[in-house]
Amino acid sequence: MTDIQYLAPTSLDEAISAYAGANGTGRILAGGTDLLVQMQAGMVAPGLIVDIKNIAEVTGIEETAEGGFIVGAAVSGAALEKHAGFAEAWPGVLEGLNLIGSTQIQGRASLGGNLCNGSPAADSVPAMVAAGAILTVQGPDGRREIAVEDVPTGPGKTSLKPGEIAVSFAFPARAVGQGDAYLRMIPRTEMDIAVVGVGVNLTLEGGVCTAARVGLGAVAPTVLLVEDAAKALIGTKLEDSALEAAAAACSAACNPIDDKRGTIAYRTQVAGVLLKRTAGIAAERTLRT
Amino acid sequence: MAKLHISTTINGEPEEFLCTPDETMLDVLRNQLDLTGAKEGCGSGDCGACSITLDGTLVCSCLMLAAEAEGKKITTIEGMAEGETLHPLQQKFLEEAALQCGICTPGMLIAAKALLDENPDPTETEVRFWLAGNLCRCTGYDKIIRAVLDTAADMRGAA
Repeated sequence: MTDIQYLAPTSLDEAISAYAGANGTGRILAGGTDLLVQMQAGMVAPGLIVDIKNIAEVTGIEETAEGGFIVGAAVSGAALEKHAGFAEAWPGVLEGLNLIGSTQIQGRASLGGNLCNGSPAADSVPAMVAAGAILTVQGPDGRREIAVEDVPTGPGKTSLKPGEIAVSFAFPARAVGQGDAYLRMIPRTEMDIAVVGVGVNLTLEGGVCTAARVGLGAVAPTVLLVEDAAKALIGTKLEDSALEAAAAACSAACNPIDDKRGTIAYRTQVAGVLLKRTAGIAAERTLRT
Repeated sequence: MAKLHISTTINGEPEEFLCTPDETMLDVLRNQLDLTGAKEGCGSGDCGACSITLDGTLVCSCLMLAAEAEGKKITTIEGMAEGETLHPLQQKFLEEAALQCGICTPGMLIAAKALLDENPDPTETEVRFWLAGNLCRCTGYDKIIRAVLDTAADMRGAA
C-alpha cells in the first residue's frame, strides 16, 4: 500500500504548493462525492488529498456590487440553495446543481467538483455554460479565468494545468427580462444520470429574444455550448419556427454514445425536444422581475 | 501509514481518534468509536444507510473522510434519543411499524429528523424527495413516509 497524505490548508497558496508538489499524484477534495467513490472502487489511488474546504474563498458565496455572484468552487448544493439572492437570479443553475444525487449528496456536492470531475453528463455544467459563468483557477503560475465551456476537454479531463485548483465561479448580474432554466431527461423521476441535459439562458426585450446561450450535456464527449441554437433564437419572438430551428441545431450538435441509458438516435432527438421545453421555462422566468 | 489525530464533537461530546488519511468517517464510527448505528449499505453514497449530520447538514458518512471531522460537529443515530426517551420519530416508527429488517432505519431517522428540523410541515412529495437517497428493500416506503408525516403533525401540535 502506498503512503497517502491528507492536508486541509486554510490558504490557497498552501494548497497549491502542496498540490503542485505532489507530481500529479494529488487529488483535490471538495465534497468528495466523486473522489471517495473512485477511491473505494480502486479507480484512483492518490498520494495526496488536498481538502480545500477550509479555504474561505473556495467555500464562500458573495454578491458583487454590480449584482453578480462569486460562488466558491466547493460550495455545496445545500448551501447554495439557501442563498436567496442566487436562487432568485440563477434558478436554472441551481436546479442543475440540485439535481445531482440525493439530499445527502447535496450536503457535499459542489459546482467545482461537478465541473472538474469532467463527466459529459454533469448536471450543473450545461446550466453554467448557458449562464456564461467564468471559472477562476489558481496555480503555481498565478490566477487565470476560463469560460466554463472551455474547462472540460473530454470524459474525466479538463483544461486545468498541473497544480491548478478551481477557486470560484463568477455569474453575471441579472436584469429584468432575463431568465434561465435547466432540464434533463432521465428514465425515472430522480437520482439518475442525465441521458440528455439542456441549459438555456435568455434575454427578452419587448417579447423579442436579444441574447441567448444554450448548454447541452450528455450527448458528446464534453458539455457543449451550442451557438447555432442561440443564433436560431436571437431576433425572434420564440415562435414555433424559431424553437424548431434551435431544436434542430441542438440535435445537429449531438455526437453521443450508444449505451444502456439511451441510443444515439434517442439522445439526438431528445436534445431537440428538451431545448424547446427548457427555452419555454427560461422565457417564462424572464417575465418575473 | 502515518495516522492523523482528529478532535471533533460527536453527539455533543468531545471526541478524539486516530485515523489513516483514506479512512472514512463511517469506518471510524463503527470500528473505533463503537457507534454502529450507521450502517454500510453500498459504500458509494447511493443508499443512505450511513447517514449522519456534519455541522447540521445531512451527509453520507461513507463519502466523508474521517479526517474531515476535525473541529466539526457530528450527530449520529446514537444521539437522537434523550436518555431513555425516544425522539418522536423513533417512537412513531415503532408505533406504526415503519421498519422491518432495520438496516435502513438509522439512516431514515437521521434523514427524516434533518427534514423536520428544516421544514416542520412537509408535503408527502417533499418527504419522498427528501428521503430519495435512503433505500429500503423491505417496507415499500409507505409506512416510513406516513410515520414521518404523522410525526411532523404531532410535533406541530405539541409546539
